Amino acid sequence: MARVLMKGNEALSEAAIRAGLQAFYGYPITPQNEVPGYMAEHLPLRGGVYLQAESEVAAINMVYGAAGAGARVMTSSSSPGISLKQEGISYIAAAQLPCVIVNVVRSGPGLGGIQPSQGDYFQAVKGGGHGDYRLIVLAPGNVQEMADLTTLAFDLADKWRNPVMILSDGILGQMMEPVEFAEDQKPAKVEKPWATTGAQGRKPNVVNTLDIIAEQAEKNLGRLLEKYERIKEEEVRWQEANAEDADVILVGYGTSARVARSAMELARKEGLKVGLFRPITLFPFPEKQLQALAKPDRSFVTVEMSAGQLIEDVRLAVNGMSPVYLSNRLGGMVPTPEDVLSKIRDILEGRGKA
Amino acid sequence: MKTVFERPQALTEVPMHYCPGCTHGIIHRLVGEAIDSLGILGDTIGVASVGCSVFAYDYFNCDMQQAAHGRAPAVATGIKRVLPEKMVFTYQGDGDLASIGMAEIVHAAARGENITVVFVNNAIYGMTSGQMAPTSLIGQKTATSPRGRTVEEMGYPIKMCELLATLEGPSYLARVSSHDARHVLQAGKAIKKAFEMQQHNKGFAMVEVLSTCNVNWGLSPVNALKWLEENMIPQYPLGVFRDVTAKEGN
Repeated sequence: MARVLMKGNEALSEAAIRAGLQAFYGYPITPQNEVPGYMAEHLPLRGGVYLQAESEVAAINMVYGAAGAGARVMTSSSSPGISLKQEGISYIAAAQLPCVIVNVVRSGPGLGGIQPSQGDYFQAVKGGGHGDYRLIVLAPGNVQEMADLTTLAFDLADKWRNPVMILSDGILGQMMEPVEFAEDQKPAKVEKPWATTGAQGRKPNVVNTLDIIAEQAEKNLGRLLEKYERIKEEEVRWQEANAEDADVILVGYGTSARVARSAMELARKEGLKVGLFRPITLFPFPEKQLQALAKPDRSFVTVEMSAGQLIEDVRLAVNGMSPVYLSNRLGGMVPTPEDVLSKIRDILEGRGKA
Repeated sequence: MKTVFERPQALTEVPMHYCPGCTHGIIHRLVGEAIDSLGILGDTIGVASVGCSVFAYDYFNCDMQQAAHGRAPAVATGIKRVLPEKMVFTYQGDGDLASIGMAEIVHAAARGENITVVFVNNAIYGMTSGQMAPTSLIGQKTATSPRGRTVEEMGYPIKMCELLATLEGPSYLARVSSHDARHVLQAGKAIKKAFEMQQHNKGFAMVEVLSTCNVNWGLSPVNALKWLEENMIPQYPLGVFRDVTAKEGN
């Protein structure tokens, strides 16, 4: 397929269908409506199930059922809707079911606004629902990545039997950019001998999250945590630019990383040594890679559309070796490269507060 | 020697955790017999709910999923839509289905989702030690209505069959009871019929089975059966509220 101009949400949807999506269960909410819209239009004609659920809660539980039955399945929503899905997400993580959950983040808390935000970072990477679990969290930075990381999301979900969240935002979802899809993409065939497909000629399979014997529950949780450690070892993805000689490294993901890149380019034109570090996986977080860049005469600035959430993981990673600063906007406002550049100047001229 | 009575193939050979006197075991057996008699064990996926029947996944000898509280109809929908040739049933209590899961059951019914729902109504939350349920009777004393349920404070019990009968989606809605042998036999027929509806792609089918909770009702098993007959049936009349095949003359 040649390069086509698509909205981020549509590119993500097309990539999901090409990845062999068998069912999509959703519920309307802005700014992700292009996803269910695209799915309703195309998925049933290409052999899949599209169903509008009665609520976000029902949608995620339909995902649980279909994932447990072995299907490639997905849901999408935006922040308040993702909060409602947290019950099901916790169960899906506990039952170790593969699925893809898209969060086209808008501003919060509460009903918030429909403008883009990154305020759901903690919710996405630290758990979100009850109990000790993790999602694999992918953060696309352009429309091509909305497609490519969606393909990856399904593969990672199956590989690790874990829910994968794509953390996008209103800008990435709505913006149009050229995107290319591989011509010869064949959905991966994955054996799921654990799935509940009817116990014809085998022992029954059970998809369950109840674990009431404490000794056993601790052991099972241990296995889950071991899995997360292996994911941390194997699945970290990131990008860096101009980091080697940088006095200041900007850290941002998604839309913020685009702003940070522009700020870096402006700064370099002024002769300021500024680099960029862009996590692509937010869980697993590229902790070691950031740590390797930390040194006392180098500063880090997180560029966020949240109130200092990413900064906590960056601080943990650099572990006191470098000062870490915050450049952010809130409530649906997007930082400008000039905002970030002015922060960089403050830091280099000794006026910044870490 | 001819075997005249045995454990259904559809039930596993493990002891059930239900309290002595509870009718869940009987209702499990009826579901098992229905699955056996239709020969669908290898093609059936059950969905257990949250409440006393939370361990149902251990008792049914078919593929099972355990759903979050009230969400069994959504989970069943998710399964059935990707495996339309398989038989999918939920087994839910009254707290699960008629309170926290009201949205899921109503919408599954409205969609005419081609699943079978076994709804066990004992008018109380058993697992959590006897709190008031949406189906508790007026005047019924529970842990959270210690002076008896009053209309002023807690409103009226919910009649699920009647409520769902206002929708066009369901193919079969019946209320049966488990309080004596005659009614148990009728209940078994209704449950089998609810599976047949799914087999013939008729759409959503639910059987509400009135059942006992002698422990949390504070009664002996025998008196609990009597209490069901004398108090629950007047509130929850038995009968068929929808049967799309009746018109077809089957």
